[in-house]
Amino acid sequence: MQYMLLIYDSEGRKLSPAEQGQLMQDYMTFTQDIVKSGKFKAGDPLEATGTATTVRVRNGKTTATDGPFAETKEQLGGYYIVEAKDLDEAVTIAARIPGARTGSIEVRPIMKMGG
Amino acid sequence: MALGLLGEIPCAPGNPNMAPSALEQFYRAEFGRVLATLIRLLGDFDLAEEAAQEAFTAALEQWPREGRPRNPLAWIVGTARHKAIDRLRRDGRLDERRREILRLVIEDSAAPQTAFADSPVPDERLRLIFTCCHPALAAEAQVALSLRALCGLTTEEIARAFLVPASAMAQRLVRAKRKIRTARIPYEIPTEDLLPERLEAAMAVIYLVFNEGYAVSHGKAVIRADLCAEGIRLGRILRELIPADAEACGLLALMLLHDARRKARVAADGELVLLEDQDRAKWNHEQIREGLELVQSALRSGPAGPYAVQAAIAAVHAQAAHPAETDWAEIEALYAYLMRIRPSPVIELNYAVAVAFANGPERGLQIIESLGARGELDDYHLMWAARADLLRRLGRWREAADSYRTALALVSAEPERRFLARRLADAQARAVEDGLLQPDQSDKPRADAAHRRRQKSAG
Repeated sequence: MQYMLLIYDSEGRKLSPAEQGQLMQDYMTFTQDIVKSGKFKAGDPLEATGTATTVRVRNGKTTATDGPFAETKEQLGGYYIVEAKDLDEAVTIAARIPGARTGSIEVRPIMKMGG
Repeated sequence: MALGLLGEIPCAPGNPNMAPSALEQFYRAEFGRVLATLIRLLGDFDLAEEAAQEAFTAALEQWPREGRPRNPLAWIVGTARHKAIDRLRRDGRLDERRREILRLVIEDSAAPQTAFADSPVPDERLRLIFTCCHPALAAEAQVALSLRALCGLTTEEIARAFLVPASAMAQRLVRAKRKIRTARIPYEIPTEDLLPERLEAAMAVIYLVFNEGYAVSHGKAVIRADLCAEGIRLGRILRELIPADAEACGLLALMLLHDARRKARVAADGELVLLEDQDRAKWNHEQIREGLELVQSALRSGPAGPYAVQAAIAAVHAQAAHPAETDWAEIEALYAYLMRIRPSPVIELNYAVAVAFANGPERGLQIIESLGARGELDDYHLMWAARADLLRRLGRWREAADSYRTALALVSAEPERRFLARRLADAQARAVEDGLLQPDQSDKPRADAAHRRRQKSAG
């Protein structure tokens, strides 16, 4: 069973260069760990929401607007897709994502399409 | 549905072997175990539930006619498994998951059926508790699922217990079961690292069920005995399944000791009776004995957890033949300990009350005022009620009346509201007597009452 782990955190949070370096290091360690365990399927950090564009098609007309569609305190900053046997295992993996310590991780089962 | 169904079947004449009431008792007692076993076998909550219902319905038809089987539990589980296989075969649109279930179940039943029907049925309810009380489910869904799956209550019964429409409760259960399936909430005893947290969550659900019955937060009744009984039943199941756990033991003791006071807690006219005014002869002393034994064994096994300590506090109350004999110093010490292991403003409020009884209302009031200054319990009617009570004991009637008024504005249970209203009227009348408050128009009847009382006492 695959789960997507969506990493939400506050983009506005200021980090010192040392903290920034530590965070990068923590993410690398975590990623290497789950790759080694065979549970890693995909994962990427995302550019900040300042680079985001929201697209809608209404009555056949496409509009593209600046920014994410919702104003929230925490923004989607990256994701992992992992293989886990059940929700408890997915939650245990999510809890090890460095972002869980300051932001939050949304754990979503990936829908299996028939056929 | 099955329970309602069972309840409606008239007693089959000449068949004392299995009267419907006995079958209904059997259903109540064993539904959780049957369902847990079936979920284990079938790996599917809904399918297990349907199969269990069908098997109990079959028992209702066959047992009065053919006699109760030697091993009724195994009969039910075996029958349910066949019903599940039938159902899966009938279902033309077998999806991949159900096809897999069918393959497993049929493989499994290659063993002769008679052997299965006589084998002991394993107790899988602990897994079921952890599934139903999984923190990924909404709190109200955890409660509803536990009552449905472990206690065998129908959706209608749960809806009635929580004063919501049956359709809304059905929705809630459907959504919860869908989440269990889709997000794959495990049907397993959590791994060691998760176990303490999950056990705590399960106990919180059980205590919530009990408390919803004991301290009814909405509506007219003072106590919902049915919910208290279900809470205690869940507590007994947990205790039975993990006998070594001191907190499971403490939780059961706590519920038994509170519930033992149930009959004395409501007056004949349906009004709430405070602990100090209760007729202690009406307490259930048999239940108190059981509770006290459980408290002892919970406290014997290492440092006490929050449920064991709360049970110990209830035990001190239960052991006092008269309110005046209550060992308040002991209760104060227990609350002080509880605050250390589980700090919370509500515990602090209870500590303040214990201090007031042990060392005088002024000392207790100081603690409540410092709580009030932090504003954490501003919306909690019991904080204002406790404050009012201490002010009342100090004869500060006008301030007591103000506090009762605030408590009244916050309370939502009808009997508690009436109790507070009586106390408010009394405090206002006394304040008038002391010449501290000029009655306004709305207080006229109460002022009149005070006037009458003054004349009476003068006469």
